[in-house]
Amino acid sequence: MTTPADTTPLPKQPPMRFAARWSRAWDSDLSWNFRHSPVAVAAAVTAVLFMTLALLAPWIAPQNAFDPGAVNLDDGFLRPMEKGAKGMTHVFGTDSQGRDLLSAILYGSRVSLLVGFASVGFSMALGVTLGLIAGFVGGRIDALIMRIADIQLSFPAILIALLVFGVGRGLIHPTQHERMAVMVLIIAIGLSHWAQYARTVRGATLVEKSKEYVQAARVMGRSPAAIMREHVLPNVLGPVLVIATINLALAVIEEATLSFLGVGVPPTQASLGTLIRIGQQFLFSGERWILFFPAAALIILALAINLLGDWLRDALNPRLK
Amino acid sequence: MIAYILKSVAQAVLVLLVVSALAFSMFRFLGDPVANLVGQEATQADRRELAERLGLNDPIPLQFGRFVADVATGEFGMSYRHGRKVSALIVEKLPATVELAVLSALFATSFGIVFGVYTAIRRNSWSAHAIMMISLVGVSLPTFLIGIGLIYLFAVELRWLPSFGRGETVKLGWWSTGLLTSSGRQSLIMPVLTLGFFQLTLIMRLVRAQMLETLRTDYVKFARARGLSENRVNFRHALRNTLVPVITIAGLQLGAVIAFAIITESVFQWPGLGALFVQAVQFVDIPVMAAYLLFVAVVFVVVNLIVDLTYVALDPRLKSSTPVSVGGK
Repeated sequence: MTTPADTTPLPKQPPMRFAARWSRAWDSDLSWNFRHSPVAVAAAVTAVLFMTLALLAPWIAPQNAFDPGAVNLDDGFLRPMEKGAKGMTHVFGTDSQGRDLLSAILYGSRVSLLVGFASVGFSMALGVTLGLIAGFVGGRIDALIMRIADIQLSFPAILIALLVFGVGRGLIHPTQHERMAVMVLIIAIGLSHWAQYARTVRGATLVEKSKEYVQAARVMGRSPAAIMREHVLPNVLGPVLVIATINLALAVIEEATLSFLGVGVPPTQASLGTLIRIGQQFLFSGERWILFFPAAALIILALAINLLGDWLRDALNPRLK
Repeated sequence: MIAYILKSVAQAVLVLLVVSALAFSMFRFLGDPVANLVGQEATQADRRELAERLGLNDPIPLQFGRFVADVATGEFGMSYRHGRKVSALIVEKLPATVELAVLSALFATSFGIVFGVYTAIRRNSWSAHAIMMISLVGVSLPTFLIGIGLIYLFAVELRWLPSFGRGETVKLGWWSTGLLTSSGRQSLIMPVLTLGFFQLTLIMRLVRAQMLETLRTDYVKFARARGLSENRVNFRHALRNTLVPVITIAGLQLGAVIAFAIITESVFQWPGLGALFVQAVQFVDIPVMAAYLLFVAVVFVVVNLIVDLTYVALDPRLKSSTPVSVGGK
């Protein structure tokens, strides 16, 4: 958090103020608004339930979907609710390899959410930092950062992610491709979304910069880095939260899209997108459940996060009150 | 006015230069261009000789200059994977993508405007609510799932439409078109719907919001007070003033359509540039990736520039101010 040299003028004050502000916001408007919006509650419950199940996949899934040894080829193409050779009931059926689809979806959601959260965290850290610097420092640095953001924002995120992914693969030795795939994917998706954070944070920083508390901190001799981190940052995080929620849905969909295109995670770590890619092959031969369940899981997850983000945006938008 | 145009053009050139620098560094520094061209058993001397012949030992700025000059004449080198000239590959795949993208943009714009106007004028009817609801769900759905859903419905269950490829195409010079055969037209339907759907909802929402705003303005109220018919007020007064920003956004979306075609083309195995690019990413085919990057950049910059300039023509207030839309501001 803070280095000792930084905290001498204002011992422990900023973290407390931040926490207090948080709980005040939580106790009042936002939480009231949340409790009175059935859509938001339903979306939140769905999203949290989904995330918990995915997180607990290794303990609750009937089968280890990433372990080729746990899968029995004789169990291939079992319909939903059919029993396998070992007497296991496959609630969602199995795929061509005899992999239990419920387990595959639980493990796959785990990969999807891992990539989603990590890439949102990465783009948020990068975008907020650059936005703070651009807004606070101004001048040429500001112009440079925002110019890059402008150019990037005029291209669709999926294109940027594909390019970064391709370049990343070019930089990494082919034997490492599988091992590094998730990492490269996180960076690719993260890099395709930072500009929005940067733009929002820069705008908010420009407003905050001229306020009295920032001038006071300046007068007290705090370093620009400390002012940005401890004084300005907490005050510009509101809109960042909204973007992050909406971007989580976008990142999950982007990961699914890349994996569906065959450039995302390898089949050994199948995410929801990979499962849909596999399932699509059996659309014409009648084994629809192989496609249907992963697709439904992705839709439910994305829709829940999206609705939550929409609600949050409206709830935090002062113009709609 | 002239200064404004010059500024727009200068910005476009700058963006293109930045992107070509990016493409050049991908080309030059990702992997070893020599190793990708010679066989396994080439000697060290062979490699040195090839590097010399390719000019890889020259100063970097000189190489960059040569790269830009090559690119300007449409020369992107050889594809690592296909072993053919990248320029030939692009010429072969271009018509498929352009037909798909242009038709999708037309579909999205026309239906987007119609639905937008409808949901604005009848904003409390159940059908307007239904349209808004569908668009909300549609926005949350990934493009590739919409495509798969359409395939399931129209190709697997109903068997009305082909599920992949372009159908029969007719050659018109170097251009191949699917519009002149019935199988070609049928093959276009689902990809166009898939690709256009997201833009359609976007344009629809924009038109709706603009219309609602315009319908509240004084001159519309005044037109009503003058006793003009409802249709005349809605279409002659309100819609006209709504369309300027809509046309701008729709124009800018054409670039996005070409980029989103990557997904649609992969779902429908459409033999276009997007599918070519995805394969290039899978197999780290750098020249194809670089060429596609440049292609998309050129499309974006040209579209942006045209939109910028039409904006000036449409809105005289802008003639003295700074550029609006290069970079999507």
